[in-house]
Amino acid sequence: MRTTVPALTRRRFLTATAVTGAAALAVVGATTVPWEDLFASAGDLDPNAGVLVVVTLYGGNDGLNTVVPASDPAYQKARPELAYRAQDVLDVGEGIGLNPAMTGLKGLWDSGESLTIVRGVGYPEPDHSHFRSMAIWQTASPTSPNGAGWLGRWLDAVSDGSAADPLRALSTETVLPPLLVGADRAGSTVAPGTLDLPRGALGRAVAGFAAPDPTDDPWRAKAAASIGHLGTLRAAVDPAIEGGTVKPAVAKTGGKGGDLGHQLDLIAGLVEARVPTRVYSASLGGFDTHADERGTQERLLGQLDAALTGFVQRLGGSDAGRQVTVLVYSEFGRRVQANASEGTDHGTASPVLLLGAGMRGGFTGQQPSLTDLYAGDLRAHVDFRDVYASLVDKVLGADPDRVVPGHPGGTFAL
Amino acid sequence: MPAAPPLDERAAVRRLLDRLGTGARRPDVDAGATAGFDATLDALLTRDEPLPTDLPSFPPLPAVKADDPRKDAVEAARRDQEQASVTWWLDRMATVAAPRAEKLTWFWHGHFATSNQKVRDPQNMIVQNQTFRTLGQDSFETLAHAMVVDPALTLWLDNQTNRKGIPNENLGRELMELFTLGVGHYAETDVREAARALTGWTYEDRAVTFAPTKFDDAPKTVLGTTADYDAEGLVSMLAARPESARFVASRLWFRLVSATPPSEADLDALVAAYGSGTAVRPLLRAIATTPAFRDPTTALVKQPVEWAVGLSRALGRPLGALPAADQSKALNQLKGLGQVPFDPPNVGGWPAGAPYLTASATVVRLGFAQTLLKAAPLSGPVEPPPSGSNARVEWARATLAVDGWSGRTRTALQSLAGGDPRQLLAAAAVSPEYVVSV
Repeated sequence: MRTTVPALTRRRFLTATAVTGAAALAVVGATTVPWEDLFASAGDLDPNAGVLVVVTLYGGNDGLNTVVPASDPAYQKARPELAYRAQDVLDVGEGIGLNPAMTGLKGLWDSGESLTIVRGVGYPEPDHSHFRSMAIWQTASPTSPNGAGWLGRWLDAVSDGSAADPLRALSTETVLPPLLVGADRAGSTVAPGTLDLPRGALGRAVAGFAAPDPTDDPWRAKAAASIGHLGTLRAAVDPAIEGGTVKPAVAKTGGKGGDLGHQLDLIAGLVEARVPTRVYSASLGGFDTHADERGTQERLLGQLDAALTGFVQRLGGSDAGRQVTVLVYSEFGRRVQANASEGTDHGTASPVLLLGAGMRGGFTGQQPSLTDLYAGDLRAHVDFRDVYASLVDKVLGADPDRVVPGHPGGTFAL
Repeated sequence: MPAAPPLDERAAVRRLLDRLGTGARRPDVDAGATAGFDATLDALLTRDEPLPTDLPSFPPLPAVKADDPRKDAVEAARRDQEQASVTWWLDRMATVAAPRAEKLTWFWHGHFATSNQKVRDPQNMIVQNQTFRTLGQDSFETLAHAMVVDPALTLWLDNQTNRKGIPNENLGRELMELFTLGVGHYAETDVREAARALTGWTYEDRAVTFAPTKFDDAPKTVLGTTADYDAEGLVSMLAARPESARFVASRLWFRLVSATPPSEADLDALVAAYGSGTAVRPLLRAIATTPAFRDPTTALVKQPVEWAVGLSRALGRPLGALPAADQSKALNQLKGLGQVPFDPPNVGGWPAGAPYLTASATVVRLGFAQTLLKAAPLSGPVEPPPSGSNARVEWARATLAVDGWSGRTRTALQSLAGGDPRQLLAAAAVSPEYVVSV
């Protein structure tokens, strides 16, 4: 079932949702699914409510060759084969340049707003395992990265059992990332192919399980409700696809290795449709550049650059879009010294990018020294949890203490 | 809501097979209902499946640098080993006659959660898996001793880098927080001192060995007691702590009974059964004989692996019976549900409950059920499908060992009763009644 919405407005979106919802209900006879609640919550979405888009770069992006201290002799010395020369990078001042593949982001930087580069971000006693360090970033818990994801904790804090819950946090990846899994709540995935029951009798029968039954225990009631949410998510995604540039046929590349541009297109469509979603997750993988780093990283940073630049420019064209803040991070940077394979091994501190209309732009945090190292690695000057806390405070308007305990939002200015 | 009456004998037997076993099958529920709850529980606790004679054994793969031309081939071989080990275990869980050891192995895998992603040698995961099977049935202390020097867990928590003078605290911390005591029962100084006790172990060629020169042999003070702790002494001391008994009992309760913690009285009974011998089987018996175990409100969302294994078991359809392409497809669908054995998200193991009830999960579950049922012979534990709409829907219920369909689900399933019985079973497998174990 597809809904055609030529020019998308919030009202049109709601109307379209209502039509889709009613049609779906007619099929399954689940008349008690509270669609009205959903409309109410969609209508309630404060036009000033911030939206956070988290972009995870899997594999450990080499921060030193992303935001490049090209004029630092220590950088040239540490990476004789791998270093960019000062004249090759895109100058952003202070002797620093962006990777030559990041032409779009250089344009955003020069505009004086939209892009903030937070330098030297990490956490105490850095871990060099991809897996553990990513778990640390996703749980925001360096000493025991075992529990709920940081935005899962936000979901735990704000969910109220209403029909808006399944839409609060959406991932464009096929597998829900741990950062969106809370103790009691979890985000939803809207990757293409995950929302469509089979056509015909089988799909209709399963859709029929969405109806509540008086004999359901609370878990079965939740299971039934989750099937009803398929319609909600479908209704949200359809107009986003129609209104945006996403073609379902090409959008099938979602996921870690997928095309970030398509993921962000889908998110832009959802944002413009003003679905009641405050948090999105997207990702790009392949940054584990132990060998022949330059070509691989430039290709990936080129994709990242095109995807982010297009996304930020598109969002700048609507009121809803201007409420969006984008966070780009990876589980660690790489070692200062290049290895013998023209690549780099796992390191520590790395820059975090923040993008959006509300950014003041420029650098935050000091450039990590290339000579005052800790066991051959950069020292972090900014704790990523302080960045998270500020985003929770300023963008999501929630209490950082519920999400990143011990990190009040005020210590880091966006 | 008024208190629901306790589960009847048949439903209680079904619950035993779900919770202490790897999923109820129709013939087992029938036999258990005849033998009774107590006899079924006795059989689950005392019958031991013969140890596997087909335990996978994988050759070591060469360590290759990123620019080695063999790299792609080595990575492909590693993926094949991973898939073979996962399929082997899923099918063992789905087919054993005496399933309790496999259920406990699954529980301990989530408790000492270790992942291929960092261990990067499926053989080490298989060795750990067999340790859960052989040592995880009786003394927790014995199992914990084996785990702190287990090759996979060592690599996973970096304990091979934990040396005198340059301690690595990962294992010391998780040993207390996640394996023995639970958060809040130790201080940071205890973590540092425990890490010193765990120094001295090196890893080479899939083996962990003790190197006395790397061991910090000075006294350590852990939880207020000063002694010459080494790994063995530390684990024995931790396992004997009263808070450890409460922790282990609560974790088993959380996975086998309910997300609602046991009452103080129930917990006391569990701890008494566990005793100073840290005895796992008596603890299981105590869990199964609490009144709460027969309370229909103590429902559990089946974890994806439990759901998939239970379905495979009820249908007599191991993944190994599928064509190779469908085996890979089924494992990808399991991944889409957020749970693949040997690949937990972190050392805390997998979450429980709500994260498995997302909207897209139903779509993926249905895909898995269809993959499993494609061209399935419907034999073994599955009786031949009868004719007649009501009889078909009732047959699907009995085949999946569901206690009863709700009006909602019966109505939905009746629309499929005239078609391919495999479609009916696939739909039934994603019903709220099958996804949640009451």
